[in-house]
Amino acid sequence: MSVAGILADKDRIFLNLYGQRDWGLEGARARGAWNGTQDIVAQTPEWICDQMKASGLRGRGGAGFATGLKWTFMPKQESERPHYLLVNADESEPGACKDRDILRNDPHLLIEGCVIACKAMRSHQAYIYIRGEYVHERERLTAAIKQAYEARLIGKGSILGYDVDVGLQHGGGAYICGDETALMESFEGKKGQPRLKPPFPAGAGIYGCPTTVNNVETIAVVGTILRRGADWFAGFGTEKSTGTKLFAGSGHLNKPCVVEDAVGISVKQLIEDHFGGVRGGWGNLKAVIPGGISVRMIPAEEAEVALMTYEDLQARGSGLGTGTMIVFDKDADLVKAIARASYFYKHESCGQCTPCREGTGWMWRVMERMVTGEAEMSEIDMLLDVASQVEGHTICGLGDAAAWPIQGLFRHFRHEVEDRITQYRARKGSYAGASIAAE
Amino acid sequence: MSVRRLAAVQPASFAFKPATLKAAKVWMENFPAGKQQSAVVPTLWLVQKQEGWLSEPAIRAVAELLGMPVIRVLEVATFYTMFMLEPVGEVALVQVCGTTPCQTRGSEDLLAVCKRKFGPQNHRSADGKFYWQEVECMGACSNAPMAAINDYYYEDLTPESFEKLLDDFAAGKKPKPGSAIGRQGSAPEGGATTLTDPKLFDGSLARKIKVPNLPSKVKA
Repeated sequence: MSVAGILADKDRIFLNLYGQRDWGLEGARARGAWNGTQDIVAQTPEWICDQMKASGLRGRGGAGFATGLKWTFMPKQESERPHYLLVNADESEPGACKDRDILRNDPHLLIEGCVIACKAMRSHQAYIYIRGEYVHERERLTAAIKQAYEARLIGKGSILGYDVDVGLQHGGGAYICGDETALMESFEGKKGQPRLKPPFPAGAGIYGCPTTVNNVETIAVVGTILRRGADWFAGFGTEKSTGTKLFAGSGHLNKPCVVEDAVGISVKQLIEDHFGGVRGGWGNLKAVIPGGISVRMIPAEEAEVALMTYEDLQARGSGLGTGTMIVFDKDADLVKAIARASYFYKHESCGQCTPCREGTGWMWRVMERMVTGEAEMSEIDMLLDVASQVEGHTICGLGDAAAWPIQGLFRHFRHEVEDRITQYRARKGSYAGASIAAE
Repeated sequence: MSVRRLAAVQPASFAFKPATLKAAKVWMENFPAGKQQSAVVPTLWLVQKQEGWLSEPAIRAVAELLGMPVIRVLEVATFYTMFMLEPVGEVALVQVCGTTPCQTRGSEDLLAVCKRKFGPQNHRSADGKFYWQEVECMGACSNAPMAAINDYYYEDLTPESFEKLLDDFAAGKKPKPGSAIGRQGSAPEGGATTLTDPKLFDGSLARKIKVPNLPSKVKA
């Protein structure tokens, strides 16, 4: 029996997380997938949505919106415009690598979840949009979908009594397509540039039809939640952050990995129990980015007491995001790490909104000069000012996501950048305004 | 944003191979009638698999196949960074992830290996066999640092194991993708510490269950 973490093996949802066992239909069925699905899809959409609301499940793609509530936004009547479920498998957030393990090792949980979610939103067509680089994962998913069609679990004349088609779409390597409206543009065969909301996807999504976009993990847990009961799922975590969740660790850890545990596990226990501890011991920890690179970092003192819940991390100015943490030890150059993140956003900005297109490049260039120390001291406040002007002034969240890592860095480690600038000046025998004078 | 342009030197023509065309038609049928534009990214990718890169005549051919204006396909080809707009290495396209999680685990050393062996990025190596580039997060962060070589992921690399891998490719071998240190997927090094309860796998979870919380009157 496992002793690591706070979740017992019997309460895990993803039983083939590491791919030790058969990913195929037979193996998935032996682990409980597709069990009772017929009884579930025989229920009304209202019952399914109510159960999902009672489970407290929140979207696992980062935004954390209540899943059951989101499904109720879909029209209550079917019309000539078909309803679509679009599963977001465009996992590209630096730090996040959890959906990949579902796609390659437990694809049937995802397909089953698609059928149930489609019933809940009166849809007969689900598409899974998988990032282009996940070639192996796409091959697996394609094979699993084929198995499900052959077993008539999906497709016309389903043995479950509710027909759902499940199709695939793939992307071309653009982080922006993880935004739900950019995902829909990309799905339709266009550049992945986000759309303005309203209209909201539940009113007009892909092909102008009602659409709901959900993360892979969100959909993949649905079957097990309904099989075991909403109260079972709601029994883990806190009132506002329920259930079990996949967590991933990367960075300066002894044993980085992906693991499922209960929401509400402490950052420290997650690192110590599952990720083999911080390189050089817990005392060597410098900072943690708890939810993928888009959220603000928290320093070691806070990581000591922080919990992996939406509300606790939000109160610390950070966020649970995708639940995938990046850990930095005392040897880490945080300024460089965040400068690299800034380059990422510069590279991935779609170019549609001026504050983001121009701002991400500008912020990256200044961050690079902060890394060497050649920036002006006054540029720190200028950078934070620009970051705050990018934040909240773009169609999608990429502008915010580009600003937050920088804000997190300066909130907790401003002194490091200042020291670096001072040292650079001392080395060069420089004077205020030198870099301007040199131009 | 990245500025991406078509290669200066272009071939005179492009033709779909039968297998490529067949696979493209499967994608076209995957979407509702009249929405074949949705198949543009998968079709361009298939063309890239056939040719190694996307040429201007190929972009025109895809536009014709899908009934799209050429400019719309060109837009897509230049927007998505997975599309290579110039010929790549005959043996391998090497894409090393350089984003922060990989960077913290030593991707800069992998980039240095590529630079030493093949020269600057985004160019073919002198012998034409390799083409390498630094790419943004590939979504395998718990197995960092990593590189994608000809579509498949090679993970948990060190400069030494990476160099050996590249040498194997150069020698015409086909190294097995996955962890270079023998990890099972994204399990912790040394083996999983969870999912060890045998009851999860003895088939007991497949026994007939009564779905809880059903309304009192169950519809058939």
